[in-house]
Amino acid sequence: MRIMAQIAMVMNLDKCIGCHTCSVTCKQTWTNRPGVEYVWFNNVETRPGQGYPRRYEDQDRWRGGWTLNRKGKLELRAGGRLRKLLTIFANPIMPSIQDYYEPWTYDYENLTNAPLSSDIPVAPPRSLISGEPTKISWSANWDDSLGGDPSPDPVLAQVSDQVKLSFEEAFMFYLPRICEHCLNPSCVASCPSGALYKREEDGIVLVDQDRCRGWRMCVTGCPYKKMYFNHKTGKAEKCTFCYPRVEVGLPTVCSETCVGRLRYLGVLLYDADRVSAAASVPDERDLYEAQLDVFIDPDDPAVASADLPPDWVEAARRSPVYQLIKKYRIALPLHPEYRTLPMVWYVPPLSPVVDALAGTGHDGEDAVNLFAAIEALRIPVGYLAELFTAGDPAPVNTALRRLAAMRSYMRAVNLGEPHPVPPDAGLSEDELRDMYRLLALARYDERYVIPTAYGNPPGVVEEGVCSLDYDGGPGMQQPFGEASGRPVPVSIENFHGLKERQTSDEITHDRVNLLNWDGRGTPAGLFPPRRKKS
Amino acid sequence: MSWGESMLWIVAPYITIVIFVGGLIWRYRYDKFGWTTRSSQLYESRLLRVASPLFHYALLFVIVGHITGLLIPRNWMEAIGVSNHAYHVNALTWGGIAGLATLVAVGLLIYRRRTVGPVFLATTNNDKTMYAVLALAILSGVVTTVAGFVPSEVSYRTTVAPWFRGVLILQPDVTAMAHASGLYKVHTLIGMVLIVLFPFSRLVHALSAPLGYLFRPYIVYRRRPR
Ligand code: HEM
Ligand code: SF4
Ligand code: SF4
Repeated sequence: MRIMAQIAMVMNLDKCIGCHTCSVTCKQTWTNRPGVEYVWFNNVETRPGQGYPRRYEDQDRWRGGWTLNRKGKLELRAGGRLRKLLTIFANPIMPSIQDYYEPWTYDYENLTNAPLSSDIPVAPPRSLISGEPTKISWSANWDDSLGGDPSPDPVLAQVSDQVKLSFEEAFMFYLPRICEHCLNPSCVASCPSGALYKREEDGIVLVDQDRCRGWRMCVTGCPYKKMYFNHKTGKAEKCTFCYPRVEVGLPTVCSETCVGRLRYLGVLLYDADRVSAAASVPDERDLYEAQLDVFIDPDDPAVASADLPPDWVEAARRSPVYQLIKKYRIALPLHPEYRTLPMVWYVPPLSPVVDALAGTGHDGEDAVNLFAAIEALRIPVGYLAELFTAGDPAPVNTALRRLAAMRSYMRAVNLGEPHPVPPDAGLSEDELRDMYRLLALARYDERYVIPTAYGNPPGVVEEGVCSLDYDGGPGMQQPFGEASGRPVPVSIENFHGLKERQTSDEITHDRVNLLNWDGRGTPAGLFPPRRKKS
Repeated sequence: MSWGESMLWIVAPYITIVIFVGGLIWRYRYDKFGWTTRSSQLYESRLLRVASPLFHYALLFVIVGHITGLLIPRNWMEAIGVSNHAYHVNALTWGGIAGLATLVAVGLLIYRRRTVGPVFLATTNNDKTMYAVLALAILSGVVTTVAGFVPSEVSYRTTVAPWFRGVLILQPDVTAMAHASGLYKVHTLIGMVLIVLFPFSRLVHALSAPLGYLFRPYIVYRRRPR
């Protein structure tokens, strides 16, 4: 047994209103630079819908993740090492920019430069890829709120043969997605240079920008298509789990800014020696249980003897994520069948069921009605099962029943019923109340239980070796193309800047407004003072 | 043999080597971040999927050809029973095919660079210079191969190759090189320019061919140095 720790995330989908705040703040922080215009470390998809990039879940086409070979051993779905090297000169299965969308800007100059005429001048769109005038026809959330035909959704196709949903059957919810920071990351396994790595201390998966050589195999390897290729720097980039923030105990930007307050962050302990066994269970439907078994109870005596800092063990005991995933079993992994053992889990939404009930005039808060509806509404439940449990409806049913039980029980409590009876969902009254507390009321420090960086006394954090930031920023014409030079290992929210901001009343003059920084140049205060080149 | 020419075949190769090695060290230290293929596949993949593998595979043959032709002395070959005639027939066939394929592929790559809007937009002056020299090197190489169609006793095996081996052991054989035909000299010169450009262009990606991938464990863990 080799116990390792990871900061994991759970999102409660019932609360997501699809406002895209998380996507926008994430973009402002990490990908507001040339070369990554199309890159959304966090994106919010409407389900049913095609997702981003389009139909990424169709693994017959994109070949992401792992499969079992004939001998039952794990194998990269896109092919093994030799095959990767033989096809390195042109990756045969890489999405093109059209599968994402062609990013654009507007030619605002036209507003002031247009010759005098009776028509009001407009700012015509220009492609950021070709520089040519373009017609905007797709984006990262073009089919938002069912604003398009959901039938190309590969998950929907698996659920129902009659793919076009009739109006009465229609259901909808939002699915915010970031990199899963998998336990068995196929992006890491696909990287020929070994530039991608998983951090032992907190499980965050990062790209070492100095070692990436642009072989772009990771883009194919990730089944969630959360590896992106920066077309200006020629290097791969991905969600960083806001490691500079997490290292000092702050939640990720997407969590911090979420208006629904639906994201939870906390420590999960797992047995690193059992990861590959869990990822290779023969039946896809057993992957959910197998992954649950890899997680270690923080009160297990083995944890005390493991080489973990005490504050991490303490954080693991208070982890909201552990409770949602393992204690209440209401959070489920996204697409476990990809066999990467993802670490961002989801509480499935009960609202499609409640809405359907209320639409038929029934009491949508009543446990008996809800239980019956969960059984009867085959398509929503089947759909959720295809997303979260490789098609097995049982765990989805359990989770939804527990949410329904909590709902009707708490209504009874809040209406002051003398002896509310907890509906039968396998949870006691106390558990229902605690679960309700965590889902509905939990404060900031209950939702985010993040110990500071591993092995360091709180407050002293050495910056890691990887960073997406570098001197000069991409887009500058350096001698070897647009992005060369030596990267300065600083993180956007570096520790000292952060401390300064938190402990002083005044904003120092050298502090740059990150939200207005487009990645060009080095505004004063963003980077530490440059050491004199000798 | 003129004084100038002997300078050329004695001094130039060493300057080339110094710039190549020094340039690589410098680039690695100064610009690890710029050390990449700068793949343009995101923009366009239909042409690339034909041209790039064709180019690289053909080029691998060409490189192997250069190694056998330049490094293995003629009498060694004959000692293992490969006659001059047999050697030339082989060299011409395989070298010709590989050379032509490389030429076609580099043509396709340049065509793609020029005509596909986004790819052209992402083409730097550095790329353009590199492509010009690369294309000339390949073109002159194919011409010399075809010109060597008539097998003769005086070929690069008795002129360029001894000089090349001499350079490596610090005894450049200028007399041998002086006997080479003009075509070979031109090709050799362009080759040297390409080697000089190598550390300063995108070509550095060739040196990080990720062979280690075959031997490392799939999942890479890293721990922050404490
Ligand atoms: C065995 C080692 C090599 C590997 C693994 C390799 C791999 C690659 C890869 C992945 C690309 C990017 C293709 C794309 O997606 O756009 C590329 C491009 C290129 N390579 Fe190589 N290469 C190698 C050796 C070489 C050598 C020896 C040369 C020439 C001397 C060379 C010349 C080029 C050129 C000119 C391009 C640019 C193609 C274009 O986009 O126009 N490569 N190579
Ligand atoms: S989700 Fe993240 S960690 Fe998992 S394979 Fe994709 S990029 Fe890698
Ligand atoms: S900010 Fe929160 S509520 Fe808004 S889309 Fe993102 S996850 Fe959903």
